[in-house]
Amino acid sequence: MKKKILSLLLSTAMVAALVSGCGSSAPATDAAAPAADAAPAEEAAPAEEAAGPSAGGKTEMEVEGDNVTTLNVWTFIELHQAFYTDMAERWNEEHPDQKVKLVLSNMQYDDMHNKLSLALESGEGAPDIADIELGKFPSFTAEKDIKLMDLTDAIAPYKDSVVNSRLDIYSKDGKYYGLPTHVGTTVAFYNTELLDAAGIDYTTIKTWDDFKNAGIKYKEATGAEFATAETTAMWMVNLMLAQKGGDYLTADGKLDVNNAKVVEVLQYIKDMQDAGALGVVPGGQPDNEEAYPHYNNGEFAVQIMPYWQTSRFTAYMTDLKGKIAIAPVPKFGDSDATWTIGGGGTGTAIIASSPNAQLAADVMAYIKLSSGANEEVWNVLGFDPVNTEVWTNKDLTENPDNQFVQFFNTPPFNCLLEMQDSIGSLHSLQDAKAPSINNIFCTQILTNIFEGGADIQEELNAAQDQLINELGE
Amino acid sequence: MKKILYSQKFAPYIFICPFVITVLLFWLGPIFNGVLLSFQDVLKDEWVGLHNYNRMLTDKIFFKAVFNSVRYMIGTLVLLIPFPLLFATLLNSALMKKANLFKSIYFLPALTSVVVAGTVFRLMFGESDRALMNQVIGLFGLEPIKWLRNDLTAYFAMLLLCCWRWTGVNILYFLAGIQSIPTELYEAAEVDGATKWQQFWSITIPLVKPTTIYVLTISIYAGLSMFLESFMLWKGNNSPNNIGLTIVGYLYRQGIEKRAMGYACAVGIVLLLFVMIVNLIQLKLTGTFDKEDR
Repeated sequence: MKKKILSLLLSTAMVAALVSGCGSSAPATDAAAPAADAAPAEEAAPAEEAAGPSAGGKTEMEVEGDNVTTLNVWTFIELHQAFYTDMAERWNEEHPDQKVKLVLSNMQYDDMHNKLSLALESGEGAPDIADIELGKFPSFTAEKDIKLMDLTDAIAPYKDSVVNSRLDIYSKDGKYYGLPTHVGTTVAFYNTELLDAAGIDYTTIKTWDDFKNAGIKYKEATGAEFATAETTAMWMVNLMLAQKGGDYLTADGKLDVNNAKVVEVLQYIKDMQDAGALGVVPGGQPDNEEAYPHYNNGEFAVQIMPYWQTSRFTAYMTDLKGKIAIAPVPKFGDSDATWTIGGGGTGTAIIASSPNAQLAADVMAYIKLSSGANEEVWNVLGFDPVNTEVWTNKDLTENPDNQFVQFFNTPPFNCLLEMQDSIGSLHSLQDAKAPSINNIFCTQILTNIFEGGADIQEELNAAQDQLINELGE
Repeated sequence: MKKILYSQKFAPYIFICPFVITVLLFWLGPIFNGVLLSFQDVLKDEWVGLHNYNRMLTDKIFFKAVFNSVRYMIGTLVLLIPFPLLFATLLNSALMKKANLFKSIYFLPALTSVVVAGTVFRLMFGESDRALMNQVIGLFGLEPIKWLRNDLTAYFAMLLLCCWRWTGVNILYFLAGIQSIPTELYEAAEVDGATKWQQFWSITIPLVKPTTIYVLTISIYAGLSMFLESFMLWKGNNSPNNIGLTIVGYLYRQGIEKRAMGYACAVGIVLLLFVMIVNLIQLKLTGTFDKEDR
């Protein structure tokens, strides 16, 4: 008997040891599961800006002089590294007594967030500064004692010149925890060459009904698709919901994903799809490696996307150069709650336990919010900077040498200025429930509705139940 | 000291000591800790009793993950035991030419990284009509399929990746088993007039049974704890309608992505028990324990 138990134990252990040696499995029984395997960015959470190759890499600034403070920075977008070091050099010139040396580590999207989460959890190995993506941000501010620094004071000098709704998305209980990179104003990108050929003038599209009719006309004229119904992202869904003044949570923060306004929005999109105005692009949304070629070769003509999609055009849809107009998004009517919203984003956070937290906060506020920094956000990255002073600086925004100015056939900032006073956001995006809501929409609901033809109300009711189970309400 | 080392009684324990320590430290320790954590809300640092387990009972996505894992495991058993056994027999046959070449070719995929292979498979199974698999079915006049967005086609893709990768490894296991069968048995059978098929059925299969049991055991475990393949095929842990979500994937989603470490531990414990029970039943049925007692 004894022998039996021993052999049983041994053989089970052997199996476990052998199989985990094979590398085909993750250690399922290990409580503190190891850091993620290297893998590309998660699809469902807006993998904004993460599209470029962003493998691991370390950059160290070279700074001369004594009394230099070293700050460790974690990023998941390689482009940010160069931007941060350029701006830190400017800081050092202006503040010779407070010089900093940035040591930047770039990690893959999921990797970085998971590592940061584990580092904060265990209280060891966290950097001084970290870029946190919008979709992940609420899970870092959900804890009882938040491990990120309150940046309200550091932001104060710049607060009047930046789009405040972009500060709000990284806030909790009135305190700011993240510094935004861009506004991500949701705009419409029209392929004018294709639309002209089908006899459609995009400038006449003012409302969603116009948009729908144009889509139907385009489909009838060409047989190709006008725009996409999203199944793996919520750029358009969130926009339309915000325009209707709806949200996924009630005013006091209770789950409410099956409310009438969400149903209305999805029904509206579904009707557009049924009428032929929308198809479903491979990859399920415009910002996707599978989707780019379908836009690039003209199978789809229109994208409703946040402004940073500009950088995808210049990188992945190069055949469209000179054929794309940027225009304000359609609305339901003049009584809409907001015209557009900011989509996606990266908030730079300071780890409160860092010994140099205060300095780090001042430096990063300078790097990300000062007007000089925001000029570079446009020049280098092609994003719409949060500091709106830049938006009216025509030397910059219409600089003929700028690759983005060259690419698009409308002045890129015109539509931004048009919508400037009505850039809202969904409040639920700041809530700790947001990642779960996003997840269930982008993995189940949208796919089932727009590809499986599921009943909208039933689908949302099931999601509500699932979320209540998960979030324990 | 010398007395202990040379003693018949203690020496064996000293020899297995490193292994026992490893098991205690890296296996039983974490399991114990995992059990404790599964009764907690780690983020809030509170004990929550059976809450995590109660939640699991009404969690449809968890059951979906279990369903996916079990289905995948069964699929791999059906495909990855009979076929490698058959191939191994063929490779072992004297009639087979260039056996070593085929062995290498079959084994090659096992040397690649799942990360790379998964990425390549994801592109092969792309939605566009130019993706490889859609071109292949296009040759037969079929319309392009959204492979990784439909339940059954996605299941097919996962199984294909698994077979492509593990067939060679299992062939090697079976080859080793087959080659240890004394050739006299086959010669005797031949003298008695047995056909090749009869030889395979009555000699090869019964005598490679220990190998088969071994392969079965690790396949059950590997199937139920699959994660990386699905993670790579969908470029992340989120597949449409969770068609590619496995138990470990769900554990990862809850523990790492959503920081619900306590709930993730509860999922892990359930997986552990589940695998143990399935494996024990299977070992019992195949008579592994009886042999030890004889």
